[in-house]
Parts: sequence; C-alpha cells; structure tokens
Amino acid sequence: MAEPALIHPPQELLEGPAGTPMSYWKLVWWRLRRDKVTLVAAAVILCIVLSAVLAPYLAPHNPAQGSIRKRLAPLGTPGYILGTDEQGRDMLSRLLYGGRLSLTAGVVPVCIALLAGATLGILAGFMGRGVNMLIMRTMDIFYAFPSVLLAIAISGALGAGVGNTIIALSIVFTPPITRVAESVTTQVRGWEFMEAARASGAGTVMIICHHMIANVVAPIFVYASTLVSVSIILASGLSFLGLGASPPNAEWGLMLNTLRQSIYVNTWVPVLPGVMIFVTSMAFNLLSDGLRDAMDVRL
Amino acid sequence: MAQSEGPEGPAPTQWRQGPNGPAPTQSRQAILTVRALRKYFPVRGGILQTVQAQVKAVDGVSFDVQRGEILGIVGESGCGKSTLARLIQCLITPDAGEIHFAGQNTLTTSAAAFKAFCRQVQMVFQDPYASLNPRMNIEDAVAFNARVHGDSRTTARTKAWEALHKVGLRPEQFGRRYPHELSGGQRQRVNIARALVLNPQLVILDEPVSSLDKSVQAQVLNLLQTLKHDLGLTYLFISHDLLVIEYLSDRVLVMYLGQIMEMGSTDAVSTAPLHPYTQALFASAPSMNPDARLDYLPLLGDPPNPINPPSGCRFRTRCSHAMEQCSAASPPLLPVGSHDRYVACYLYSEQAVKPG
Repeated sequence: MAEPALIHPPQELLEGPAGTPMSYWKLVWWRLRRDKVTLVAAAVILCIVLSAVLAPYLAPHNPAQGSIRKRLAPLGTPGYILGTDEQGRDMLSRLLYGGRLSLTAGVVPVCIALLAGATLGILAGFMGRGVNMLIMRTMDIFYAFPSVLLAIAISGALGAGVGNTIIALSIVFTPPITRVAESVTTQVRGWEFMEAARASGAGTVMIICHHMIANVVAPIFVYASTLVSVSIILASGLSFLGLGASPPNAEWGLMLNTLRQSIYVNTWVPVLPGVMIFVTSMAFNLLSDGLRDAMDVRL
Repeated sequence: MAQSEGPEGPAPTQWRQGPNGPAPTQSRQAILTVRALRKYFPVRGGILQTVQAQVKAVDGVSFDVQRGEILGIVGESGCGKSTLARLIQCLITPDAGEIHFAGQNTLTTSAAAFKAFCRQVQMVFQDPYASLNPRMNIEDAVAFNARVHGDSRTTARTKAWEALHKVGLRPEQFGRRYPHELSGGQRQRVNIARALVLNPQLVILDEPVSSLDKSVQAQVLNLLQTLKHDLGLTYLFISHDLLVIEYLSDRVLVMYLGQIMEMGSTDAVSTAPLHPYTQALFASAPSMNPDARLDYLPLLGDPPNPINPPSGCRFRTRCSHAMEQCSAASPPLLPVGSHDRYVACYLYSEQAVKPG
C-alpha cells in the first residue's frame, strides 16, 4: 500500500456529476490510463490495425505486382523505402497489406476460441460431475494431437484458404482455453460467496453473470491474449505449407518464409516481417498484462 | 452480563408484518420446525468413485425455533452445526426429514415459493474473507440480493444503503469500497447487511464472530442484538464459543456428532447442565476467575469419526457415566422437568416426562 492514490481514484473522481457511483469498468479504464507501458502497447496495436485497415490508401505500390529488375532492393532505396522482396514487390506495401491477413488470422481464431472455450469451461466448472466429465474428456481428445499437427490435419481436410485456417486454429485453441476456464471456475465455485449468492435465491444464470464472470474472466482473458502471437505464427506456418494464405497474397508469415532464402543476399529486408510479428505479439502480450493488472481490484 | 429478555421473549409489538399476512398474536409460535433431519455425505473412493462410506453429519435432528427468540446451537468442530445451517437454508438437500418454515414445507416447494423462502430466511456466513465477492464493491454485493428479488438497480441501491446504515457502515464512505479494503469486523457487518436487505424473518448466523478478535466480537454481537430488537428478527445462532452463546441466546441446543444431546433455556443449561457432554463442555470453558482455573481436562480425546460413530449413545466412548444400555440403543431426546428442557441421556430417563 505504498501508493494507494495510484490504485484508488480520489473521492471526487468516484462521484460522477449526478452522484452516480464509479462502475467497475470505469475504474479499470481509470487505471489503464495511468499505465504508460500498456498505453504504448495499445497505441502500437492501434497503429498496426489502422495501417492494415487503411492499407489501400497508405501503400505506395501494388503489393502483388513486382518487377524482376528491382528484386531484393535494400532498405532506403528511393521509391522503395523498405526495399523489395524476391520478386521485386514493394515491402512497405506488402507489410501493410500483410497485416490484414496476419491480424485476422491471429485475432479471430482466438476470439472464437475464447468464446467457445470460456463457455464450455465455465459450464464444466460450474455444473461439475457428469457435465464436467463429458466436456473435459472431449477436450482431452484434442490434447492427444500436437497443436501444429491438429491445425495441419484440420486445414488439410477443409482445404486451403484463410477462412479454413481460422476454423482450424479456433478448434486448436479451444481446448487449452476450456481447461484454464474450467480450473478457474472450479476454484471460484468453492468460495463461500458463491454459496451466499445461492442463499439469496438467485438462479444459476444470475450467479454466473454477476459473481462468476468477473472472477474468472481476467485469467482466461490474459491467457487467451497470449495466444494471439501463437496464432499469428501458426497461421503463417500453415501458409508456408500451402494450407493458409496463398502466394500472391501478402501475409507476414508467408513473406518471412519466402524471403528466408534471401537472407544471405539482403540481410535486413527478410527480417521485416519477423519484426512485425514480434512487435505485434509483444504489444498484445504487454496489453494483456496491463489489462490483467487494471482488472484486478485487489491490487 | 447476559441481557436476558425475560421468559416471555420480546414484546409482540416488535413483530413485523410478514408477507404471508399479519403478524401472529400468540406469544409462542414456532417459526421454524425441523423434524428428524438427516444428512449423510458419501465418501467416494476407488477407481469407479463408488460410495465407500458415509459421514453422518446430521442424524435425526428435531427442534423448533420460536418466533422472536435467539436459539444458540453449540458443539465441537465437526458436530454438524454448519451442515444443519446449510440444510435449513436449503443450500443442500437432506436425505430425510422435514423442515417447515412459517407452516410451509420448504423441501417440496416450487421455484417461486423457494425464492420467497430465501427472502425470509437469510444466512450470515462464517468466514468474512471468503463470503464476499472480491471483485464486487460492497454496495453492489448488498444490492445483489435485492436485485435477485426483482428490484430495479436504483431501488436495490437505495435498499443497500439503508441496510449498510443499519449495520453502522456509512454507505457514502464505504459503499464503493472492495472487500479487501475492509477489516474483518467491517466485512462481517457487510455480510449482515446483505442478509438484512431482504427484510428476513429468520437469520441463520453460522459462527459469525468466531474469526474476529475479541473487541470486534463484542461490537458485532451488540450490533446483532440491537438489530434483533429493532427489526424483530429471529436468530439461529451457531457457535462453538459458549460465552458468546450465553451472552446472546435465549435457548441453547447442544449438538454432538450430528445429534442433539441437550436443549433448554440458556440460563437453565448453563447453570445446571444435565447431559454429561454438556457438563464437560461448560466445565471446559475458561473462566475469568483465576481461582476457578481448571486443573484437569473435563473431556479427553477427540470426537469419534462421524463415518463410524459409536453404537447407541454417541457420547458413550468419552462419557464417565457410560452404562451398559448406552451401547445398546441411542437414548431418545426426552423432556426433563419444566421450561422446555430436553435431554438425550439414560441418566435422566426416570425423571423424563413420558409422552402421552
């Protein structure tokens, strides 16, 4: 309790103009605003997302059109600030466009898996016994396969394409999120305040919504956000195997894989997609850490 | 020290009007009737998780709680006190027996009637640290109970503020604090406020002060007594602390290994305990008088395992008066003398008032 003022807002901030109490999410937002690292991480993610969304307006060249004469230009070449790739396509344009697929392949499967896994895990943890057995043993079947192998198998069965990659990765990420959700829920369920809630006559849905979610969502959320970077890397791996994004499209993982032979010719250009993956996943991890701290009212 | 209310209990004017009609006018009326209540917990084991044994937590307990009284339930750890509280609050279902609250069987009611029951019977839990949601501020925690019963956000908040006022926590100062910012005594006040927000008739207090230090215990006990008088509540007060029971309760019920050993008015039981277990229990309570220090232990050993309790009287293995018939059959709980005194012991079977 060295700096309580940093964690708990002063009294005048607590009371809104109409005397309304500061809600939980308002408190979380108040704390987030004072956490510089998290703000920087959030700003970086915002920049990357914006640049991906606005790629058609920002990109100086067509990302799919190259020229053999200009291939593997180094950084700083006039007109091609970030150089060109092995087919002479502008790296800056490809990185901007690549963010679209990479971010989609990174975030969407985790969101789907978060929704599915959290629902299944909370259900399993809350209902216990038979339901728990059914859900958790089903999840164990998925654990029998290494995650990469499972992703390849599902992608292979469904066929190439980003949509199928997203489906495959969602299935891969659901079991671990379910397991985290189940263990947290089981832990929270044993606390006396859950019993107190039941004693009030509240129904299961109301207890889950008011008492369960807030206590289990933070750890599940933090775990899921660390999966975003894994998801980006797995998606690019699938692209490399011809199961994800197909070659003319720009995707960071795919770019990294096709450029890796050129690393001896031009050292820095092939590193760029890797830097993007690193910066994006790092920013996601830092943001999730910050969110966890802000969401923990006990701090 | 005990602020006894006299044999008649509180004045009838203090009874509040219940939702089921006007308050009763007769001086003695059972608000809660428990008959032959039994709860065994299965002990599972082995590969197939089969039932290996049963913990006989509550085994054939019958008693009444009169409207407006404080009934103390006392006993060693593991004697089934908390299980009994949870059974009455309908948090767990009994294996056998009946619970009637205000004339209604609580075990066979519909979902709507159960909700109405929860409104009238509320519980204060033992652990002030675990019984509050760490991510909910105390205003919301108290208001939650009102919202469960259909109050709007604003109404629930107003009721929560009223309840916090009643327990002596200034809502404008404490309302938006989180449980970790409060002391144990303050948390327990929040727990009491949470129970009171529904305007219950019966409050089950499951060792509400046992995890608080002595000065705070006194504050909370005095608060409970004030609230009882102001709101006309009935308390079922569970404790292992005899001094607390003596201070607060009108009647006391002594439990041992899931069964009732003795029941009667607190004054009568504390001045002249009849059952050998009650005698040992009261003898082992430390006294403030240094001359009355104990040179011997009135009771040796631990209670037997409730999975396999002794045959007949459950106390016979530690009883200095054990006779042959004690192992044959369990002594029934029979009225002895006057003043609603009941004892389950063969020593008093001649004095017992035979039924019929």
